[in-house]
Amino acid sequence: MATGILNGKGRIWLIVALVALCLVPFALPRFYVYLLSIILLYGLFAMSNNFPLGFGGIYQLHHAVFYGVGAYGTALVITKSGLSPWLAFLVGPLVAAALSLVMGLICIRLSKLYFGMLQISLGSLVWAVVYRWYSFTGGDDGIHGISVPDIISSYQGAYYFTLVVTAVSLFILYRILKSPYGSTLQGIRDNPVRSAMIGVNVKRHQLLALIIAGFFAGVAGTLFVVVDNTVFPDMMFWTLSMEAVIMCLLGGWLTFLGPMLGAALIVLIRTFVSTYTVYWALVLGIIFMLVIFFLPNGVLGWIETLFKGKTKLVEAKE
Amino acid sequence: MKSFDGFKAVNNANLDVQKGEIIAVIGPNGAGKTTLFNLISGILKPDSGQVLFKGEDITGLSPHEVCRKRISRSFQVVNVFNRLTIFENTQISILSRERHTWNLFTPSSTLAVDETNELLKNVGLYEKKDSVSGSLSHGDRKVLEIAMALGGNPEFLILDEPTAGMSPEETTRCINLIQGLREKFGLTILFCEHDMEIVFGIASRIMVMVRGATIVQGTCEEVRCNEAVQDAYLGGSDVCLM
Repeated sequence: MATGILNGKGRIWLIVALVALCLVPFALPRFYVYLLSIILLYGLFAMSNNFPLGFGGIYQLHHAVFYGVGAYGTALVITKSGLSPWLAFLVGPLVAAALSLVMGLICIRLSKLYFGMLQISLGSLVWAVVYRWYSFTGGDDGIHGISVPDIISSYQGAYYFTLVVTAVSLFILYRILKSPYGSTLQGIRDNPVRSAMIGVNVKRHQLLALIIAGFFAGVAGTLFVVVDNTVFPDMMFWTLSMEAVIMCLLGGWLTFLGPMLGAALIVLIRTFVSTYTVYWALVLGIIFMLVIFFLPNGVLGWIETLFKGKTKLVEAKE
Repeated sequence: MKSFDGFKAVNNANLDVQKGEIIAVIGPNGAGKTTLFNLISGILKPDSGQVLFKGEDITGLSPHEVCRKRISRSFQVVNVFNRLTIFENTQISILSRERHTWNLFTPSSTLAVDETNELLKNVGLYEKKDSVSGSLSHGDRKVLEIAMALGGNPEFLILDEPTAGMSPEETTRCINLIQGLREKFGLTILFCEHDMEIVFGIASRIMVMVRGATIVQGTCEEVRCNEAVQDAYLGGSDVCLM
């Protein structure tokens, strides 16, 4: 269940957090602002993965494809056509959503792990095409030096753009989760047979979840283009998808903001541990194992239970 | 007829239900009662045979299409949304009936709230409406099953062993609920049950299934002293059931 972060105390914390995030470029050096932009867009990427995974019960195991295709869509429109970059920012996510629809139509016929496996195979196919098609996608070199509008080309501009787009995207995702469609989707996650028996067309609802997830992954990919000005085939390699799933599980896949926290943890571990050792993934693996063992609901899930436990105690005392 | 890998689970079953009746299906374990219900509700598709509802052929429709015809069912093994609250479970069922499930932007908290509360009061779950359904007792979850089925505002309600695993008090409560439903809403109810006291207490007619086939269909009295039924149930003793 998504928690009520938009009412009461939650709203105050939200405003405090947003103000703090707005002030960051004035307080921190360039490197940290860049790092925070990356955390935000990875967070959006992970949260869009968690939309079908944690709230729809769909094994969305190759989400990076939509992230990568969104980024390539934006990059190609900017570099190969004369269209305005602002328009490109819209094309990228739409292409990702369209791909999600096509892959979804094929994969949704299967369920659970079979769905995930088929998605990984089809996604790897897309990756292979992008990796080899030198004349169009730049092959394994990718595309570099993508120019974005002046106003968001500075590192502060890119940061603010990322912050605003991420905030708006999360707000939309949150509204969707709280809508009748969101409730229905969570019902399907808990019990598809029962959902069908109360009159819900399960497959079609799942397909819409995939399209929404694909769109917002495309948004995250587009934000990467803005922040980093590059795209490369590794952005849609399956290892990144696994990273996204780990972000969801680490942060708490049944919570709304959990994947954002997971993304922050992974980006920070990668950035700071990799200055000491190339085996940063080993550290991540150990942390991940500990979390799975001791906090099966993820870090944020654990914090939420703590909070709920406390409120219950207070109620009991009163 | 429905067979699984050559095993004929339901073979030559026939059942007709009139409006406003409470029909019980009885039979030994493995007789095919649940399979029959799955065939009617669209979870399984029959290999041959027909399901007619109000004169319309609904054979082979998928479960959500069957539900749209105002046929609802509950399950023998509890089948609810475990991570959601009682209120949400019931509300989703009502929202689905009102075709709101494609609505992406209106908050759920503003839709069908009164109707959900009303329904929960009717079945006696209102006090627990904010509990997560996975944390409830088995009896409450079985009642929630019925509440979710009712959310579809059915004309025809199928209950698969509604009181299985319930304590005696819960059973009484559930039976009163079922009888109240017929009286209040004029529902037609089809159910299966192992407890003969309940069956003879509330059913207006009974259908007996053995090894996938209907052997008798009739009123309680007709079924009670029928020899074939005694053979199937009591191994040929000559006492009447109950």
